[in-house]
Formats: sequence, C-alpha cells, structure tokens
Amino acid sequence: MSKPKVAFYWCASCGGCEEAVVDLAETVLDVVQAVEIVLWPVALDFKLEDVRAYRHGEIAVSFINGSVRNSEHEMWVKMLREKSQLVVAFGACAHLGGIPGLANCTSRDEIFQNKYLRSITVANTKGVLPQMETWVDGYNLELPEIWNTVRSLDQVIDVDYYLPGCAPPPDSIAKAVNAILSGNLPPRGSVLASEKSLCETCPRNETKPETFTIDSFRRLATDAPDQEKCFLVDGFVCMGPATRGGCGERCIRGNMPCRGCFGPTPDALDQGAKFLASLGSVSRGKTMEEVRSFADSLVDPMGTLYRFSLPSSLLQRRTCAKEVP
Amino acid sequence: MAGTSRLQYPPNLTAIRVMCSGRVDPTFIVKALAGGADGVLVAGCHPGDCHYTEGNYRAQRRYPLLINLLDQFGIEPERVRLEWISASEGERFAQVVRELTETVRALGPLHWKERMEALA
Repeated sequence: MSKPKVAFYWCASCGGCEEAVVDLAETVLDVVQAVEIVLWPVALDFKLEDVRAYRHGEIAVSFINGSVRNSEHEMWVKMLREKSQLVVAFGACAHLGGIPGLANCTSRDEIFQNKYLRSITVANTKGVLPQMETWVDGYNLELPEIWNTVRSLDQVIDVDYYLPGCAPPPDSIAKAVNAILSGNLPPRGSVLASEKSLCETCPRNETKPETFTIDSFRRLATDAPDQEKCFLVDGFVCMGPATRGGCGERCIRGNMPCRGCFGPTPDALDQGAKFLASLGSVSRGKTMEEVRSFADSLVDPMGTLYRFSLPSSLLQRRTCAKEVP
Repeated sequence: MAGTSRLQYPPNLTAIRVMCSGRVDPTFIVKALAGGADGVLVAGCHPGDCHYTEGNYRAQRRYPLLINLLDQFGIEPERVRLEWISASEGERFAQVVRELTETVRALGPLHWKERMEALA
C-alpha cells in the first residue's frame, strides 16, 4: 500500500511553524516513515508543477501555515485545497491571521511608504515601490500582488482542522498527526486544543482570588512581573481568560503573560471584545474619570487584545472613512 | 415610560432588551457595528440604582476601553454612547435617542462591511 501523501506549505509566516515541525525531534522520523512528503518548501525541493500534477484529492493532508496576504499565497492554497482530502490550518497565522495580521491596523500604502521610502536604512533614491510587473533587459519579471488586508486561511479556502499556537507545541502536532494517520478525528472544523480557557490549567491560577481589582495596567516594557502571582492580579495584561488552553503554559512558565496565540475560547466570538468584557470586573474605578484613566493605561488595545486574531475578529481591520476609496 | 407616555422618538433605533447594562458584552456592540449598525446606545440604570449592585458599574468600566479600541479601528467614539436612563425617564430616553440619531446622521453611515470590502 502506498503511503499517504502529505504537503507542508507556508504563506505569510516567520518560519517558526517549520521550526515546530523540526522540534518534533525523533518523532519526525516516525512521521517521515509513515508518510510520503510531496511538498515542503523549507526543506525539500518540490516545484509548483510537481504539485499541479497530482489528481484531485490525491494528497491526504496539507498542513498550511502563515496568513494569506498576496495573490501567490492564494493560488497555492486554492490548489492545495483542490488536491487535498484534508487541510489543516497550522499555527496562529493560518488559524487567526496571526502577527502578520497586525498589518490590518494600517494599509498597504502606508506599509510601502514606511518600508521602501521613509525607512532611514533604505536608500531608494528613485522611490521605487514593489510592482507586479517590471521589464528588465527585455524580460518581464512578475511579483505577486500584495493585498491591503491580511486574511486567515479559512477566509480564503475551506479548512478542516485548526492547529493553534505560535508555534503549535510539538506534542499537539504529534497528537494531530497521529489522529490523522489513524483516522481518529474529531468533527470537521475542530480546533485541536483544549476547550477551556488557559486560566483553567495555569500554574498561577491558585494565586488568583475570587474577586480582585486593579487601578491601572503595568507594562512589561517598564515593569517586571512577579514570579508567582497571577499576571492580571499583578496588573499586567494576560489574555489567559479569553484564550484557549492546551499550549502547555509555555509563556507563563517563562514569566511572560499570555498574549493569546491559541485564539478565542470556543464560546467567544471575538477574543479581544471578550477579554475587554472581563476587564470590566477588574477595574477599581467608580467615576467616569477613574475608569477613563484605567482605560488609557491600556496602551494600544487593538494590538494587545488582537495580537494574533485581528484578521479573524469581527471588525477584521482598521478602516478610516477618509481612507476608503 | 417613553412608550406608555406616547413620546415620539426616531424610528432608527432597534431596542434590544437585556436584564442589565452589565449584560452588554462588548462583543454585542462590536458585532452590531460589524453587522451594519451605524451607532449603538447602551442605556443603563443610574449608578447606585443597580438591582444587581454592580452591573452598571461594569458597563461603565468597559465603555472607555471599548471606545479607545474602536477609535483604533477607525470607528468614531460618538457612534457608541453610554447613558444612564431610569425606567421613569421616558422623555430623557426619547431625547437621548434623538441626539444620538442626529450625531450618527452627521457622521454618515458606517457601512462597515462595504468599507472593509473597499479595502480588501
């Protein structure tokens, strides 16, 4: 019997998810034994034509990481969807939009201006910006079209399963791969992680009193959190209450508050708004002035509350009336 | 009271009754704006009057956080208003609805979905 074909692909990603696969250590050898890898741009030299030659549904599973933000990503993921029986959104970027999704705070034009014109380390005297077509010595060179709005994978193609995390922890990758190989899968559309919030398994949960209040937020840039206390009680934004657990509390154990990479809990429609709701009970203020100063102590609420989930949030991006064409 | 007193207020408002302003999860407001509403009014009991003791204070604490957040998304703070209006203040309710309707009318439609599509 031929081995099931597996593809890995990356869109707008940092490469951390590829690292996570390598972090499987010896387990990766078992996986490689059990499957035939047909695409893995970071490690193996397969070309577009190789993948294009496969029949509809011939690939058993495609693991796609990274958010979708240009026309080339779109072409690849649509093709992989057609050729694959299962598509797994691998990591926070494919699942929610991730860190590249923070580009939705701004626009393509602003990004181009900053990156190619205003940046002091760039010498671009002719003011050239990325173009989809350029003629060089009689050859027409093409670049993909960069989108104004970054998307999560399921905003572009149907996704069967989500493997959350930035990056997904090796044990949850191994579990997911085993579940797929053995056909022992949860309902389609499931997020392969805990159904409960991170707080449920947080080692600091015991230090969190039933009720508590804080005057204002403290920032990691200027303050060091306590080594044992619940971060929220200590005044630091910790997304734990609104974030799905199952990550192994890696950040917490490194004395870093949760930043929300596992995405919203199953009952939360919007991770940032849900977290904001929970903050209503921790502020101490009674008057409008007090609650305003509490709110103002949370610098950059959009980037903090939607650090990993902006493209998949209800509002998805910044849109200013004056910027809309 | 606005209804039983036959007070007139603009028909632009769709009332959604909840038990307490503290029940208004910011998600509801965000969902309304994302789904086509041009503005949202959260009307709660006066501070100190809460049947659940704390509910309206919670609404008040969330409000400026949400306003700051919406501002970053490009949604004008004036579109979301928090007001204390007791059950007996029918005229005040009608007045607030009139004011908010005019404020939102001056800002123009939000059309969030269309705006997003225009920036795809």
